[in-house]
Amino acid sequence: MTTSDWAQICALEDIPHLGSRVVRAASGDIALFRNEGRVFAVHDKCPHKGGPLSQGIMHGDTVTCPLHSWKIQLDTGAAIAPDVGCTRRFDVKVENGQVLLKA
Amino acid sequence: MQKKRLVMVGNGMAGCRTLEELLRIAPEMYDITVFGAEPHPNYNRILLSPVLAGEMTVQDIILNDWDWYRDNQITLHAGRKVVKIDRIARKVIADDGTEAEYDRLLLATGSNPFILPVPGKDLPGVIAYRDIADTDAMIEAAATRRHAVVIGAGLLGLEAANGLALRGMDVTIVHLGAWIMERQLDKPSADMLQASLEKKGLAFLLEKQTESLIAGADGRVSAVRFKSGETIPADLVVMAAGIRPNTDLAEKAGLYCNRGLVVNDTLQTYDPKIYAVGECVSHRGIAYGLVAPLFEQAKVCANHLAQYGIGTYKGSVTSTKLKVTGIDVFSAGNFTGGPGCDDIVLHDPSGGVYKRLVLEGDRLVGACLYGDTADGSWYFQLIKDGQDIHAVRDHLMFGQNHLGDVGHKGQTQAASMPDTAEVCGCNGVCKGTIVKAIKEKGLFSLDDVRKHTKASSSCGSCTGLVEQILASCVGGAYQPANSTSKPMCGCTDRNHGDVRTAIRERHFIDIPTVMRELQWTTPNGCASCRPALNYYLTSTWPHEAKDDPQSRFINERAHANIQKDGTYSVVPRMWGGLTTPGELRAIADAAEKYKVPTVKVTGGQRIDLLGVKKDDLPAMWADFAQAGMVSGHAYGKSLRTVKTCVGAEHCRFGTQLSMSMGVKLEKMLFGMYSPHKVKLAVSGCPRNCAEAGIKDVGVIGVESGYEIYVAGNGGIKTEVAQYFCKVSSDEEVMEYAGAFLQLYREEGWYLERTVHYIERVGLDHVKGKVVEDAENRKALYDRLLFALQDYKDPWLERAEADRKSELGREFRTIAIREAMKA
Ligand code: SRM
Ligand SMILES: Cc1cc2nc3c(=O)[nH]c(=O)nc-3n(C[C@H](O)[C@H](O)[C@H](O)COP(=O)(O)OP(=O)(O)OC[C@H]3O[C@@H](n4cnc5c(N)ncnc54)[C@H](O)[C@@H]3O)c2cc1C
Ligand code: SF4
Ligand code: FES
Repeated sequence: MTTSDWAQICALEDIPHLGSRVVRAASGDIALFRNEGRVFAVHDKCPHKGGPLSQGIMHGDTVTCPLHSWKIQLDTGAAIAPDVGCTRRFDVKVENGQVLLKA
Repeated sequence: MQKKRLVMVGNGMAGCRTLEELLRIAPEMYDITVFGAEPHPNYNRILLSPVLAGEMTVQDIILNDWDWYRDNQITLHAGRKVVKIDRIARKVIADDGTEAEYDRLLLATGSNPFILPVPGKDLPGVIAYRDIADTDAMIEAAATRRHAVVIGAGLLGLEAANGLALRGMDVTIVHLGAWIMERQLDKPSADMLQASLEKKGLAFLLEKQTESLIAGADGRVSAVRFKSGETIPADLVVMAAGIRPNTDLAEKAGLYCNRGLVVNDTLQTYDPKIYAVGECVSHRGIAYGLVAPLFEQAKVCANHLAQYGIGTYKGSVTSTKLKVTGIDVFSAGNFTGGPGCDDIVLHDPSGGVYKRLVLEGDRLVGACLYGDTADGSWYFQLIKDGQDIHAVRDHLMFGQNHLGDVGHKGQTQAASMPDTAEVCGCNGVCKGTIVKAIKEKGLFSLDDVRKHTKASSSCGSCTGLVEQILASCVGGAYQPANSTSKPMCGCTDRNHGDVRTAIRERHFIDIPTVMRELQWTTPNGCASCRPALNYYLTSTWPHEAKDDPQSRFINERAHANIQKDGTYSVVPRMWGGLTTPGELRAIADAAEKYKVPTVKVTGGQRIDLLGVKKDDLPAMWADFAQAGMVSGHAYGKSLRTVKTCVGAEHCRFGTQLSMSMGVKLEKMLFGMYSPHKVKLAVSGCPRNCAEAGIKDVGVIGVESGYEIYVAGNGGIKTEVAQYFCKVSSDEEVMEYAGAFLQLYREEGWYLERTVHYIERVGLDHVKGKVVEDAENRKALYDRLLFALQDYKDPWLERAEADRKSELGREFRTIAIREAMKA
């Protein structure tokens, strides 16, 4: 992959601290999360029953799914034990206050 | 920074639990070294009984395997016994010469079995029952020998005898006392237990004092002789005559011991660098011999080792359960009674049931159950909480199911359920799955079971049943959480009450401050504590604490109810269940315009539009605003509905204008957030067509005014509302209901419905503050009105908000456009 695969999505400030935004991509919705200066991107589908992770409550580098409270590790997309499952993660970075996503 | 060094001596249940707690809250703080005399990783000692009985294997009962120590970078010296503590050089020395220096030392050396000082006690074939080696020795003896004698008919002795009998030995139990398990049972229940054990083939010799153990020709034990002169054959003798705290090491090191290594309420010994937990400890003069209190000690000790310094251990009430399959015995607290106590006794010898409850005034202080122990954990909870049982005294003996409950809480009894029976209806979890998880994963608490199986983690109505299953699997090790002092969540050791008080007294107005000042152990809390904190802050400091949308569950953030497919449902308010052709038209139009798949009349007298896309919400709300309609808050921990009946406006029986009263109440309470959702109803006469009897506040019109009822609930477990007071005017209804709800808002814990709040604080407390104290009632009412002042319809606010603003962007998705590719 080349660097040109990075798409500029929005300003860091457009995502609330401990909150999320949904990016509508051809491959399906991607949930962007932010904790202070850190940004995470995962497929907006919970490995449990497909709940929209973007709508959950975020804490640290995890999000609690709004439907049945599974906790998903955002940097890997993996469900936290004892639950088992994984959702796809995407590369994301912040440059000059802009959020760039490789999707 | 150089890590501190923590050395633990004793690789048993209490010590390892302390390490687990410590790793959870301060994973980076210590370099940990563990010495264990046994050549095994930490295992579940209490399950040695099922191992002996052939129901489990040693492999099944490992709690922390070798990998656990490695993964947590713990240096484990298994099979090495520490023989000396050098307190000056701060190091310990093991029997093979291994040394380890410490900054903190944790002693968890457990206890030693008490061996009767009789001639022959050292003969081969004479053992205690304490560890895997003893269990193996018993299993081996059972395979080749015939006569077993168990000395001591306590919990341990009976479990040993049962296991040996199941392995085919002829077992005689010898006991000094007049009845068996006299420390846990009274005579009638002990007699019943003895009879059923005799049916299983065990023989008993009571009031017999052992004089000596006699060797046979092969030098092994061959018989037991009593003071009375009799002799009985014995190829195996198991001493189960009690335990003594193992303080040898501590005493040699000069630490103060007095029937146990003496510790204070933070589990610290007389040497401030040395902590101790478990059976080796004497706390306020008591050395415990069951794991539940030891786990409580572990939690407190870990907290102090982590230098958080919160929490003290104040002693425990214990309960015991015999782990012999097919026999149910339970006892807790002071089960013998005495002066100033009342006994309630049920004794059915042919039915095989005995129950004795001991009361002191209005509190339950002890319970002893035989045959039917299903309510054991409930009684234990009542004992531990010191709850006032005055109101339920008549029913107490018949158990929790008899408290006028039509919910499905524990209707089926755990023990008699087949493995395939569904326990948790929400998550579809069967009994077998729960039992398997408890055994394989070594679970002890309700929280553990919730985490691993999901049972009881949703609506919670099966909690009682799950507790029963836990109790039946792990026996006395099961410690129901102390409902009044339970920590809010895993991020803190403080309970809801403490946090609320701190927020009020220290005038905290934002979440980061609360977390910092109250030493939260996680950086941003979790999905349980953040919504609770947000509620406590905004309800304690209205107009001052700023609402944090990211700490609200999605429904309250999006002001609509999330559905299983990620769409939302929209329920506009219909004040008092009344509507107009104009409103109905607006609903019909919106349903068509936004292609709403389902339109439904709810159980709350209004209309639900289900399956709305999130992006469409603001536009739909703008349309509703046009028709003068506002949010119904069908999603919030807030005022939901005020149901009404037609009342004196139209009904031939109506005594009061219930529709108008309901609308007044609903308008007054519009936008009121509360610990949990709040529902009201107003009926025009005692026929009560609005079902006011199962609402948080129910109002019933009578000729001379209104009767007010509180704390009803129509949900998971139906609870009938309780009579609160009688008033004569509409204004009084608003003031009394308002003041009651404000008190609940101020004192209720997050996610506690009014019924549970009142269960906790008592109806008298609430009446005292609202009905009997006019000045306080007015003050409460004023605070409510102040909090609700200037509340703006959240739908309108969002419909009007700019798409880019914080309120608006919640509903906007971002499209990836080719042009934006960098
Ligand atoms: C829409 C409605 C069912 C219906 O179609 O009629 C409904 C739907 C839900 N109820 Fe309910 N309840 C509805 C009336 C009731 C009633 C009847 C009533 O209000 O008169 C009750 C029993 C009365 C009571 O609450 O005491 C009721 C007791 C519950 C409970 C159990 C509460 C309890 O404390 O025991 C829950 C679970 C909870 O809140 O934790 C719940 C939770 C829910 C939730 C919000 C579950 C959720 O969190 O997603 C459901 C949303 C469904 C969805 O997909 O949108 N619902 N629910 C009713 C909306 C009424 C309204 O107009 O606002
Ligand atoms: C068969 C059986 C059934 C039981 N059933 C129940 C029950 O149903 N419910 C219940 O609540 N409780 C039950 N118990 C009691 C429960 O197991 C104990 O209360 C609990 O294990 C005590 O924990 P501990 O950590 O204090 O001691 P232990 O678990 O005994 O751990 C102490 C460890 O320290 C080691 N040690 C001692 N001295 C040294 C030293 N100098 N150097 C290195 N290592 C040392 C010992 O070898 C031992 O491994 C049962 C006990 C037995 C034996
Ligand atoms: S609407 Fe209520 S009763 Fe029906 S499934 Fe949902 S929560 Fe259960
Ligand atoms: S869909 Fe996420 S927890 Fe069930």
